[in-house]
Amino acid sequence: MTQPVFAYILYENGVADDTALELLTAAAKLNPDASISAIVAGSGAGLDAVCNAIAASYAEVWKIDNEALAYVNAEVLRGMLVRILPQGCIVLAAHDHFGMDLAAGLSNKLDAAYLPDAVDFEGIENGKLKAVREEYGGQVSTHVLCDISKGAVITVRPGSFAPDESKSAGGQVLDKTADAMEGGLPGGARRFLEVVAAEVGDVDITKSEILVSVGRGIEDEDNLEIVSDLAEAMGADVSCSRPIVDAKWLEKARQVGTSGQTVKPKVYMALGISGSFQHIGGIKGSPFIVAINKNSRAPIFQIADVGIVDDILDFVPELTDKINEIKG
Amino acid sequence: MEILVCVKRVPDTSENEIEINKDGSDIERDDLVYSVNEWDNYAVEEAIQIRDNVGGSVTVVSVGDEDAEEVVRREMAMGADKGILLSDNAFEGSDGRGIANILKAEVEKGKYDLVLTGAQADDGAGQVGGMLAAMLDWPYASLVNSLEVVDDKTIKVGREIAGGNLEMNEIDLPCVLSIQTGINEPRYVGIRGIRKVASIDIPVHGAGDLGITPESVGESGAKVKRIDYFTPELGEGAEILEGSTDEIIEKLIELLKAKGGIK
Repeated sequence: MTQPVFAYILYENGVADDTALELLTAAAKLNPDASISAIVAGSGAGLDAVCNAIAASYAEVWKIDNEALAYVNAEVLRGMLVRILPQGCIVLAAHDHFGMDLAAGLSNKLDAAYLPDAVDFEGIENGKLKAVREEYGGQVSTHVLCDISKGAVITVRPGSFAPDESKSAGGQVLDKTADAMEGGLPGGARRFLEVVAAEVGDVDITKSEILVSVGRGIEDEDNLEIVSDLAEAMGADVSCSRPIVDAKWLEKARQVGTSGQTVKPKVYMALGISGSFQHIGGIKGSPFIVAINKNSRAPIFQIADVGIVDDILDFVPELTDKINEIKG
Repeated sequence: MEILVCVKRVPDTSENEIEINKDGSDIERDDLVYSVNEWDNYAVEEAIQIRDNVGGSVTVVSVGDEDAEEVVRREMAMGADKGILLSDNAFEGSDGRGIANILKAEVEKGKYDLVLTGAQADDGAGQVGGMLAAMLDWPYASLVNSLEVVDDKTIKVGREIAGGNLEMNEIDLPCVLSIQTGINEPRYVGIRGIRKVASIDIPVHGAGDLGITPESVGESGAKVKRIDYFTPELGEGAEILEGSTDEIIEKLIELLKAKGGIK
């Protein structure tokens, strides 16, 4: 029997996450012959809206509706999924803050394999799935074989599969709440309290038309001056990648990425930024991207329009001087 | 509070360009600089700060060969009280589950209130903490970016979620947490600090000491196996500007002007 595939779908404010339709593509690529169902957990009208919308794309949508899921806590959901998932099935989730919270432990509780952060699938042979992953921040890729014969939990990197927009499923919504709740509410040892919103900075980089963004290649806090000088010459705002915020050299509000701000400038200058998928995930609206990095293998060069292989500490001051000279 | 921190020795990507060897079976390891996984440093720092605030001890553990001892020692130089190396030929080729299995056996030998891991590693994918928690039947929280001890039974943690927001949770001890970078500022370790702990004995525990059946770990127990390395397809890729620096700058300024990149 072909193993059924389930895609766990996150939503917020009554709208399914962008990854919902990416997981549909991923599931079909994983095994074109498998039945594919979605699972959505939450509560109230927002949940119903999402389930109905998703049913246009998925033949079957499993709904888990409980007040305790108004904010979905992975510890609670995991216990519920273990109760309702059929043995030996394959579960897909996005490799994001929620998938990373849920998946590893779920695989263990299902006695299934865990394949984290897959970016592509290349077929199943003798119960083994061939998949593609990346390592070292995307500098190299690897093929892995995952034994899925007893089931698997797989997290899929957001943005790796094109969303399936066909909406041709005409699916049905099945309420699985009673089965999920049988034995009471699981996962009581971790209790959700609240979401604390990120601090607002002095510059709103989500509104910037030109961003000069700086990463680890700047090496030292004192060197940030060359970045602000370039930004001033270009009429740009300064943003950054995660390591700069971790080092407390710039405020969190200037961080571009999935755990920071989503920006949509016209021009994006990536200075000494290697280009992790979390960083690239924060750049939307197809800006003109210029990457300057001394490592010619930096993944940022894959997505940039123009690349310059050089040390930013040498190149940037010269660029700034030239721009200032032209502007007089 | 008794805290165990799991650390890993990895190639340092800030010091190396990672290259693939000729037949694609591995990366070129000959000239690699190794260090402790960046995320793990934050986990050790957090553990030390908790201990300094509420008392207890910090133990650092690593699964690896004899080379892994240097990272355990480095973290002891940061201020961890004890170090343990989990090493056995049977452990080689373990997948994430195998590593979690080995760590679980070590956790059960002690009486820990809190187990910390780094949120991920450059050559991994942030799976060991979640598996370890599930195996121990302890609660788990990933991507922890703030931590506050409430009392000896409970802590409050902030998880980093989308948009830089923090998801606050209360979690019962004992628990497993994966620590995100930025939660603190890991202290600097100099040569002097390393020298101070150079002669401290770091016990090595193998499969037998841990009561692990060799088939459950290593290559034989692995459900996920890497078969090769390859260079990612570049797709379109960037147009790399070449020439002298002056030529490159001239071309770049032209492009920036055309795209509205200079106001």
